[in-house]
Amino acid sequence: MPRANFLGRPKMPGRSVADRTKDFDEVPLGLSPEQAIEEAQRCLQCRKPKCVKGCPVEIDIPAFIGLLAEGKLDQAIAKIKEKNSLPAICGRVCPQETQCEQECILGKKGEPVAIGYLERFLADYEREQGVKPPPSVSSQGKKVAVIGSGPAGLTCAGDLAKMGYAVTIFEALHAPGGVLVYGIPEFRLPKSIVLQEVDYVKSLGVELELSVVVGKTITLDDLRDEGFAAFFVGTGAGLPSFLNLPGENLNGIYSANEFLTRSNLMRAYRFPEYDTPIKIGRRVAVIGGGNVAMDSARTAIRLGAEEVCLVYRRTKKEMPARVEEVERAEEEGVNCIILTNPVRYQGDENGWITGIECIQMELGEPDESGRRRPIPIPGSEFVIPIDTVVVAIGQGPNPVFLDSVPGLKLNRWGYIESDPETGATSIPGVFAGGDIVTGAATVISAMGAGKKSARAIARYLQNSE
Amino acid sequence: MVTILQKKVLTPQTKLMVVAAPRVAKKAQPGQFVVLRIDQKGERIPLTIADFDREQGTVTIVFQEVGKSTFMLGELKEGDQIFDFVGPLGKPIEEKNFGQVVCVGGGVGIAPIYPKAQALKEQGNRVISIIGARSANLLFWEEEMKTVSDELWVATDDGSYGERGFVTQILERILEKNSIDLVVAVGPVVMMKMVSLLTKKYQTPTLVSLNPIMVDGTGMCGCCRVTVGGECKFTCVDGPVFDGHQVDFDELQARQRIYLEEEKRALEEWELKKAEEESHYATR
Repeated sequence: MPRANFLGRPKMPGRSVADRTKDFDEVPLGLSPEQAIEEAQRCLQCRKPKCVKGCPVEIDIPAFIGLLAEGKLDQAIAKIKEKNSLPAICGRVCPQETQCEQECILGKKGEPVAIGYLERFLADYEREQGVKPPPSVSSQGKKVAVIGSGPAGLTCAGDLAKMGYAVTIFEALHAPGGVLVYGIPEFRLPKSIVLQEVDYVKSLGVELELSVVVGKTITLDDLRDEGFAAFFVGTGAGLPSFLNLPGENLNGIYSANEFLTRSNLMRAYRFPEYDTPIKIGRRVAVIGGGNVAMDSARTAIRLGAEEVCLVYRRTKKEMPARVEEVERAEEEGVNCIILTNPVRYQGDENGWITGIECIQMELGEPDESGRRRPIPIPGSEFVIPIDTVVVAIGQGPNPVFLDSVPGLKLNRWGYIESDPETGATSIPGVFAGGDIVTGAATVISAMGAGKKSARAIARYLQNSE
Repeated sequence: MVTILQKKVLTPQTKLMVVAAPRVAKKAQPGQFVVLRIDQKGERIPLTIADFDREQGTVTIVFQEVGKSTFMLGELKEGDQIFDFVGPLGKPIEEKNFGQVVCVGGGVGIAPIYPKAQALKEQGNRVISIIGARSANLLFWEEEMKTVSDELWVATDDGSYGERGFVTQILERILEKNSIDLVVAVGPVVMMKMVSLLTKKYQTPTLVSLNPIMVDGTGMCGCCRVTVGGECKFTCVDGPVFDGHQVDFDELQARQRIYLEEEKRALEEWELKKAEEESHYATR
């Protein structure tokens, strides 16, 4: 007998704190088939489903859940893949609680359907079975260049390939995936899963060229000469911000990008088997309160730090990180030092960090972000002794590509100005989406932008015939 | 993947490789660098472009064997492949006629000074070059440097070749007697620091090419940050060439030492592994 709808969602099986903090393996283990089907049966199959509106990539959520509830697993994953080429990634890193699940009617009285868990379950099921190559489509005979192989670029490329366009992705780094490989840690998103999703996009016919920096190795004009008729720019934010405080270039202070890139992309946690080293002190401070700060803190614990603290200038309530991520970090021993802002770094005679001088803050009136503005309390300065610092306060627009395209209109923050519905930029045929347009945001919003641009690029190419 | 077309041993510690990288060669300009990786588990190594040939589609790199990665690179042979090779990165040197310029190359820095001297010569500058090394056997490219210079001076620390002493003493003599419009220096941090201190005294504009530790080389990580004129700059995207009078060389030197322990450990373990493999083959 099916469970009554108002009952709670299943608990995601996961690894214990003691076990998981010893290595970089994934923490949540995924639902069992029984759990997944039972959870799918809780779905009310609303006639006017609200959840779909909460999904940036427009997955037909009730349809795939309905198929899953009937045990039709192959059809269920096929339904997801009509709209989303990267379900194993989305099922792991999407903030479903503020998207599809937030809209779920069941959430009004009890717990919403665990849509994210179900997506992950189906993607993992499919991977275990062996992903079937998609049917081939007739060629449109036009070439599109996608710049950047992160979530926006992969989605745009995959969708265009499904429509029959010849797509080449150009990636600056030596591995595809963008932030999915250099930023998000293995324990939250295994790299083998990213690679498999990239392989799926390649199986749609997408070409991938690594170690090509568009703007340096090759320009947009060169690509035009090579016959590319349209472009999607998904280069990400990719220029780490620092606090610009005295002593910030002391040894032992990392940007979150560097810290995570060393650990994730370069696998420094397996040094010296892998050649890239990483320095981890006994006491580590991560500055910031977003998901990247949580990833950095949890990485520091796994690298062997004895004490890891988060230094954040507002309170936990205002932290931009997912609640789930803050909880996991705290479970693993991360100590949140709130209402605290760094003022300067202290170092020793050899140029190594020894401490952060901080000032205590209190919350004032809400600022333009809607969060209460932190105000320093005069005379409240104190020092946190520290060996390693990770600055995780966000990113700015990376200039490498932008500087190479004269005439590309930027907004007042230096990101690309583009139409939110199509991604069209000030240059005809050039579309942009993801963090290079919005500033650092989520994987799924970048994917949504890639999807919209894919449609707009197809329209553009049809009209330019 | 790029193929090594030519390999030359320049000094006991310094090797040259010409690699087939048509796209990089097509866009390369003097002053820029590449990032390479030897294998799947390798680190990303930044190296200044020492020469390039757009027609042949080749890029020349020169490197000193100092750690595991550069020793491994040095073991590769003609016909072998380098796993990843990306570039050209960074901003090129400004190519214009400044008038009379001095190009200073110290140690392995002789390689990156060469394309800069060549470009400045082509722009009509009168180029005086100074190259230096600890000892005669560590010098290279004297002939190459002669062809792109109007005057060439050589110094060795131990006096085994050319003038005994540092490049700075020759530079001081030149600055004393001539009106110099620009000095360009590439070499060890200490050398670039000493050159910059000296030229500051003569108020001669000075460019240096920095070589901090990098990871991606495209502005993404901030590992290569340096203080220039009191501001934080990323060497990989804002440089690598900066005004020598503005650079905080002491900070740069401290930052280059971040991974000394790890570099030592990696090299020792690699040497041990190699020795074991060799004895294994020897006893078979």
